[in-house]
Amino acid sequence: MTDQAPTDERGPVTTLATPIRLDFDFTPGIAQSKFLRGLEQGRFLGQRCPVCTKVYVPSRGSCPTDGVATTDPVELSHSGTVTTYCVVNVPFQGQSIEIPYICAQVLLDGANVSFMGLLQEIPTDQIRMGMRVEAVWVEPDELTPSLASVKYFRPKSEADADYETYKEYL
Amino acid sequence: MSATGPASRTPRPVSIASFAQMQNVRRDDERNEVEMLMPVVAEVFGNIGITKDDVDFICSGSTDYLIGGPFSFVMALDAVGVWPPRSESHVEMDGAWALYEAWVLLQEGEIDAALVYSFGRSSLGNLAEILALQLDPYYLAPLWPDPVSLAALQARALIDAGKGSEAEFAAIASRSRRDALANPKAQVANDIPADTLMQEEYVVSPLRRHTLPPITDGAAAVVLAAGDRAQEWGDRPVWITGFDHRMETHSLGARDLTSSPSTAKAAEVAGVADGPVDVAEIHAPFAHQEIILREALGLDGTVTVNPSGGPLAANPLMSAGLIRIGEAAERVRSGEARRAVAHATSGPCLQQNLVCVLEGA
Repeated sequence: MTDQAPTDERGPVTTLATPIRLDFDFTPGIAQSKFLRGLEQGRFLGQRCPVCTKVYVPSRGSCPTDGVATTDPVELSHSGTVTTYCVVNVPFQGQSIEIPYICAQVLLDGANVSFMGLLQEIPTDQIRMGMRVEAVWVEPDELTPSLASVKYFRPKSEADADYETYKEYL
Repeated sequence: MSATGPASRTPRPVSIASFAQMQNVRRDDERNEVEMLMPVVAEVFGNIGITKDDVDFICSGSTDYLIGGPFSFVMALDAVGVWPPRSESHVEMDGAWALYEAWVLLQEGEIDAALVYSFGRSSLGNLAEILALQLDPYYLAPLWPDPVSLAALQARALIDAGKGSEAEFAAIASRSRRDALANPKAQVANDIPADTLMQEEYVVSPLRRHTLPPITDGAAAVVLAAGDRAQEWGDRPVWITGFDHRMETHSLGARDLTSSPSTAKAAEVAGVADGPVDVAEIHAPFAHQEIILREALGLDGTVTVNPSGGPLAANPLMSAGLIRIGEAAERVRSGEARRAVAHATSGPCLQQNLVCVLEGA
């Protein structure tokens, strides 16, 4: 219909920029605060579910299976098993690590959930599921309540874990 | 249409079997959302001696805009424990609308019980900015109008139309916070005469500080039950006998801000006028909005409004509407009211409104 034609020779407006920025405070919560304070001391502090006895690290305060508070504190080993991994070859904005590098899910000994960490001191073609690794922490004066306190994980000179020991955590 | 409970406009009687809410606070610095919700969910089940295994459906109301994190409603499910896998849904609305969704599912008759919960951390961001983003994204949001200024436009229109006065706003605020003294979960409760409140400076004329809702962190939960379960879970079921929600245009300029036709329509469909109303819990975050909503709901001066203190005593975003339903239901359960009306709102200047009629057996 002609009356819907643009009335301006530049045509219809197709783009409108409306910049938006919001800032938020973050409340980690009681359980995650304990985990973060642990990192500040170079320790992995998790919590156990009183119903199913699973150990979460970090715990968000509840057992996602049972919906009850995870109250029993558990300190975990600095060693664990690579349950799965990927090799990052793609550059992206803000990248601070030289590519290629390995991003791994590490199941700390005694934990029932794995968490993501950087894996170094190993060529990328030698990484494998079941590999035993240990945490390398930043210098004591650089420890903060943040996962940045864990510099990376590196291989341990021991035999790979048996698949049966981590197949539930893939 | 027939019902085992009181005369009802709904095909299947559904009961508010249990209600729980968090202690409303200005800011909970200690706990995350899951830690806030867990005790509330435990209490709402514990009230009637059931567990998560006894409900067939879970529906929650919340918004990621409040905490600035994606999929916060998925993480919040950790407060319930969803294993074995559960049937679950979420609305980006106040929990009152989550309750509506669960109620619709109960009407279909395939399930008999549902958990509804909501949580809102109003304290973590700048509400003036966050709430501006619910406005029209092209013409309004880029101007960043804050909710107090929009409410002030509405209050000014109300005064100009001869429907309300600053003294009436102060009287509503004074009464609400005095009533809140009897509500242990209230955040703001005090006994200050209206004429003292009138001495305050304007925040945005014609609104003084006392006409504004507090900023509140909170959470609430309800268990809905139908069929045999409604009778099994407690001696005093509170039936939903009418339920509807309506919305108005996004464009504030196209609305008459001094009335609430969406509330009036919802009240008509829910059958508010079918019988006498003893108590009404009205979600009027700003004092002047109570005047608009009383009129739209058709409530006369004999109706006790917001005996809990209402949203002027605690206004946890995304939960304050669900709390209205819970508070009204508890008045009926206690026998204090035979018939109660609960109202919830969402959006700027009462854009969206929900009305629920509750009756005892």
